[in-house]
Amino acid sequence: MTDTNDTRSQMPLGLAQRGYTGIIQHLSAGGAGSALSDIELESRLIELGFVEGARVEVLHEGLVGRDPIAVRVDNITIAVRRREAMAIIVA
Amino acid sequence: MELPLLHLALVGTPNSGKTSLFNALTGSRQKVANYPGVTVERKEGFFVTPLGRQVSVVDLPGTYSLRGRSPDEEITRDFVLGKASGETAPDLVLCVADSTNLRLTIRLLLELKRTGRPMVLVLNMFDIATRRGITVDAERLAKELGVPVVTSIAVRKGGTADLLTLTDEISAKLAAEPQENNWHALSVAELRATQREADRIISDCVSLPASPDTWTARIDAVVLHPVGGLIVLAAILFVMFQAVFAWAQPLMELLNSGFDALGEFVHATLPAGLLQSFLQNGVISGVGSVIVFLPQIIIIFLFILLLEDFGYMARAAFLMDRIMGGAGLHGRAFIPLLSSFACAIPGIMATRVIDNKRDRLTTILIAPLMTCSARIPVYTLIISAFIPARDVWGFINLQGLVMFGLYAAGIASALAVSFLIKFFMLRDYAPAPFMLELPDYKMPQLKSIAIGVYTRAKMFLHRAGTTIFSMMVLIWFLASFPQPPAGATEPAIDFSLAAIIGKALAPLLAPVGFNWQIAVALIPGMAAREVAVAALGTVYAIEGGKEAAEQIGQVLATKWSLATALSMLAWYIFAPQCASTLAVIRRETGSWTWMAVTFAYMLVLAYAASLVTYNVAVALGAG
Repeated sequence: MTDTNDTRSQMPLGLAQRGYTGIIQHLSAGGAGSALSDIELESRLIELGFVEGARVEVLHEGLVGRDPIAVRVDNITIAVRRREAMAIIVA
Repeated sequence: MELPLLHLALVGTPNSGKTSLFNALTGSRQKVANYPGVTVERKEGFFVTPLGRQVSVVDLPGTYSLRGRSPDEEITRDFVLGKASGETAPDLVLCVADSTNLRLTIRLLLELKRTGRPMVLVLNMFDIATRRGITVDAERLAKELGVPVVTSIAVRKGGTADLLTLTDEISAKLAAEPQENNWHALSVAELRATQREADRIISDCVSLPASPDTWTARIDAVVLHPVGGLIVLAAILFVMFQAVFAWAQPLMELLNSGFDALGEFVHATLPAGLLQSFLQNGVISGVGSVIVFLPQIIIIFLFILLLEDFGYMARAAFLMDRIMGGAGLHGRAFIPLLSSFACAIPGIMATRVIDNKRDRLTTILIAPLMTCSARIPVYTLIISAFIPARDVWGFINLQGLVMFGLYAAGIASALAVSFLIKFFMLRDYAPAPFMLELPDYKMPQLKSIAIGVYTRAKMFLHRAGTTIFSMMVLIWFLASFPQPPAGATEPAIDFSLAAIIGKALAPLLAPVGFNWQIAVALIPGMAAREVAVAALGTVYAIEGGKEAAEQIGQVLATKWSLATALSMLAWYIFAPQCASTLAVIRRETGSWTWMAVTFAYMLVLAYAASLVTYNVAVALGAG
């Protein structure tokens, strides 16, 4: 799904700072370097509500390496490590 | 006309309030067991509908999909499909949704519909949704989804009335509906399409308020703060352990004097002899000294269940993920490890939430190092006998502080062992993902908590009544036979089988400061750690007569040096000798090797820790 309502450049959610808000553009499990297979990672992200068009906001960060992050996805909050969040491309 | 039992199954995502609905429907009419061949907890309960239909309801493990990634999720899938061995396929599936958060459940329901099972969507926690200004058009939702929709407030009396009525209506016409199963594991594209469909239905039927739950956001601003959150977590744990030590005390003393009075009564009523000795020293003082710890076990489970119900447990996992990650542990390991403070057995069973095998194995190996409630009797006994009950810095109880230190030592050694496992055994290790929903905070529901605490207390008492009771009889037998020859001046126990075994083991344990009585007590401690206390009581009660049985602690204070007491505490940080824990490890890992590894490493650590403690204490003049 392409999204044209935002002029910001795309970036992985894994690089976002606390307070960042954006819209999920697509999922790209290949580059995340997760221990899961691409299909498995993508399935799990979808199951937790990370689908194209969902609004995300980075609410909290952990102490060590600002990891993991707590992300508001539409109206639920999901904790995820930055490594897996690299698969979520936002803008 | 007697209709056959109606079988219901509760399915839902984690945090959907499935368990509180289950508790509301069935009250205390619950059976907890395991599914055959796996160690997934099977919770079944019973109730009767307004029209008098007998119903059995099974609370299936929470899942986001039917893909079956873990043993728990496989059970849910197989059960719904009617493929679980030895299980009846459910007549009706209740798909439970948190009304404030429908997205994930609606997608799960769309997937469940493919199985062709008769189904109802239960909009649980409907009161919270209403209070937050979320409106759900249940009629339209039912039409869009093609399944009946019913609202429920599991936590309010009568809040499940609509559900009960609907169950009657549906069960009346169930047989007419043929079932066809079209379910297959969804591909990524299908999963995405299903979520889109779910989102479309939700946007048609649900209107959300402009602002989300502000309370959750406010609390999270503090408890998920990178530094503040950890301070809050430490404070919660500290209060929990002070409570276990201080609040339980009056109740424990009450129980203690109750058992003493009972023992006195038996002593006064029965003629002196073997039967009197068996009842007073074997049964009453033995089982009594274990049951005394019921208040502490209730308090620790109360804390764990309250935190879980409140929604804090997932936050704790979030805070601890990277910190535990440094020691090679997954954030999800925090919940199983925290449960292990109550007992390693449910803790080890709870490791099933960790889907990566290596993470799970590491967690299982270190779970027994968390100070379980069965060690509390041993700690309490020794601490109250040897550590003065005074306050340090004005407000902290010294005994509580030592207790806290013992817990801390358990945690520190668990982290160290985990680090070594990661470093030496699982080197080619890629960290598994940490993905966890942080549910909105909810007021803990007293009824649900009460049922949870009741179930655990019952399990503990059952164990005290069976395993522990038989071990106490065995110990009494070992300590009483053979009887001393007539005219012997030494205490009777010196002639017993227990003394023979204890003395044979004593040379091995002498370097750590243990006498043969401790060696005797450690043997039945294999059945359950807390039995060691009762066994010490029996050993010393029989040796010292009736007065000694009244205060095991006082006896220990006169018979043991401080160094021996400290060495015993150090031994019990590791306490390798719990047979039930080892049995669960064998079952959960499916391997005798890992069980043997656990036993061996804990034994080595226990011996080493006691050796160092004893010798340092002796060198400092506490021998």
